[in-house]
Amino acid sequence: MNSVASDTILEIENLRVHFPVRRGFFVQRAAGTVKAVDGVSFTVGRGEVLGLVGESGCGKSTLARTIVQLVPATSGSIRIEGRDLTTLRGREQRTLRTQVQMVFQDPYASLNPRMTVADTLAEPLLVHGRASRADAAAQVAELMERVGLAPRLARKYPHEFSGGQRQRIAIARALALRPRLVIADEPVSALDVSIQAQILNLLASLVREMGLSMLFIAHDLSVVKHISDRIAVMYLGKVVELGTAADVIERPSHPYTRALISAIPSPDPARERSRQRMVLPGDPPSPIDPPPGCAFHPRCRWAVETCRGQVPPLEKSSDGRHVACIRTADIED
Amino acid sequence: MPLLTVTDLRTYFHTRDGVVRAVDGVSFSVEKGETLGLVGESGSGKSVTCLSLLGLIPQPPGRIESGTAMLDGVDLLRCPPKVARTIRGRRVAMIFQDPMTSLNPYLRISDQLVEPLLIHEKLSRREALTRAITALEEVGIQDAARRVHFHPHEFSGGMRQRVMIAMALITRPELIIADEPTTALDVTVQAQILELIGRLQRERGMAVIFITHDLGVVAGLCDRVQVMYAGRIVETAATADVFARPQHPYTRALQRSIPALQPKGRALFTIPGLPPDLSRPLAGCPFAPRCAEAVEACRSIPPRLMEVAPGHHSACLRVQRGELVA
Repeated sequence: MNSVASDTILEIENLRVHFPVRRGFFVQRAAGTVKAVDGVSFTVGRGEVLGLVGESGCGKSTLARTIVQLVPATSGSIRIEGRDLTTLRGREQRTLRTQVQMVFQDPYASLNPRMTVADTLAEPLLVHGRASRADAAAQVAELMERVGLAPRLARKYPHEFSGGQRQRIAIARALALRPRLVIADEPVSALDVSIQAQILNLLASLVREMGLSMLFIAHDLSVVKHISDRIAVMYLGKVVELGTAADVIERPSHPYTRALISAIPSPDPARERSRQRMVLPGDPPSPIDPPPGCAFHPRCRWAVETCRGQVPPLEKSSDGRHVACIRTADIED
Repeated sequence: MPLLTVTDLRTYFHTRDGVVRAVDGVSFSVEKGETLGLVGESGSGKSVTCLSLLGLIPQPPGRIESGTAMLDGVDLLRCPPKVARTIRGRRVAMIFQDPMTSLNPYLRISDQLVEPLLIHEKLSRREALTRAITALEEVGIQDAARRVHFHPHEFSGGMRQRVMIAMALITRPELIIADEPTTALDVTVQAQILELIGRLQRERGMAVIFITHDLGVVAGLCDRVQVMYAGRIVETAATADVFARPQHPYTRALQRSIPALQPKGRALFTIPGLPPDLSRPLAGCPFAPRCAEAVEACRSIPPRLMEVAPGHHSACLRVQRGELVA
């Protein structure tokens, strides 16, 4: 954790990603803005795994896509090893972007069905001039071994592999350009429990052995807890809590984090039946028309008048974590 | 007497690459008012088992090769289509996994909710609409009188799943089959839906077959658990027994792979290998190639589901011989 300040790979500052919403078919008019990401700041240190959790629509995937510039940022900065990706253009941006690679959720959709594993893995090497056609094969074999696939399978197509193996191919592709940071967007949620564990072990060992940094996005907190050093919790485009994995999971502070952790069904019948589950009323609000003040107040049982009026800032609390809630001191366990 | 008794159900799919034995000799029963959890990974046959009961297997390529499913003296697998229709939707109803695709996007919720009432109970449209509004209120949809006229796209995912539940319950069935009803939902919404199903089940005394891959969901909701692997039931017992004293190596391995139960910082436990290809004949126990406890006999003798402790059945040869102790 101490290495974070001295050795930062990714630094995001006050990032906003807004999408205009248009209504009408023939005459389109602006009908509002979806604030998918609304003022997010955090850092990821060298060799660190930052877990990012939140429910559908909270902006975690948009955030990931913005970091790799698949979606343009509206404002704010994304610095990779000190250089701002949002202000660079053309070749310079492409070169810096190779430092960040992405693993997507669905290995059935993210691999080209008409390309063999060898083609898929060699493509980034050839495009960026990291290998000639002649020596690409050796690098492909090395990548495949790294992710636990036999190099003799290189001539096969994605449909010949199981879901877990496909996700290994997707991970190998992300590693091809030797990035500093890998963004994994729900990399195990499409897989079965026993396969999930294999992929999580692989990601953890890659981080350890290659000194990678990782932004690990998931909605399943038990998975995130296992792999992350720190965890950030997002709600409606904002980070509401950020702290060490142990703090966030075992001693959640923000009311939303508490509800999220309480909602995880525990695979222990005795505990599951005796405990009081905190069930949140209602659905997450629409990001087009977020509630004023703290976006969570309509579903929060601790909300007071002030929560409706002002947006709580993400502030450092006494135990070192960051929480965006003005009521934390008044909530008893 | 059990509400539903399934005996030796076999559902095979005849594909170009051979016969896939998706469900291969499954027998179980469900008591009135009981919640039975059906657990297994993708391809273990849990969904095909339930679709077979409701006659929803596309035939061809699927074919129910053998078995009976008795509900009150009627065999669901062999009764004439007309009898099947009166049972389906009225006495047995299903909640599907994905509320986004299982509602008709062109029809208003009201039209979809009243349909079973018009068909099965011969109600007038007005009476049926009143029942539809009550059904929506029971699943916690506010302002139901107005929202009953909405189209599916006007609801969120969690709300659509509530509509699906309302639709399944509207004819007051005795048995509900819920196929991964919360898998497509967020955790906080999942918590709401699980609580709703639990409450309705208690109030109405329905039996529920709950299909899931999430052992956490089973722990809180089910009375009894049945674990499936490669188209067969490998273990069945009361929920507390399955978790505290699992009697099959697969159940133990499955339990050990849950990240939540494992200490942080160490490599997660994994089951080596992959589930077997069901289009090839299996000589012995289907789990033997991945099982750390397998001996020579496991690879040649097909195990049968037998009682190994009171109310606790396991299909593991070594457990049955008393060689493996929980």
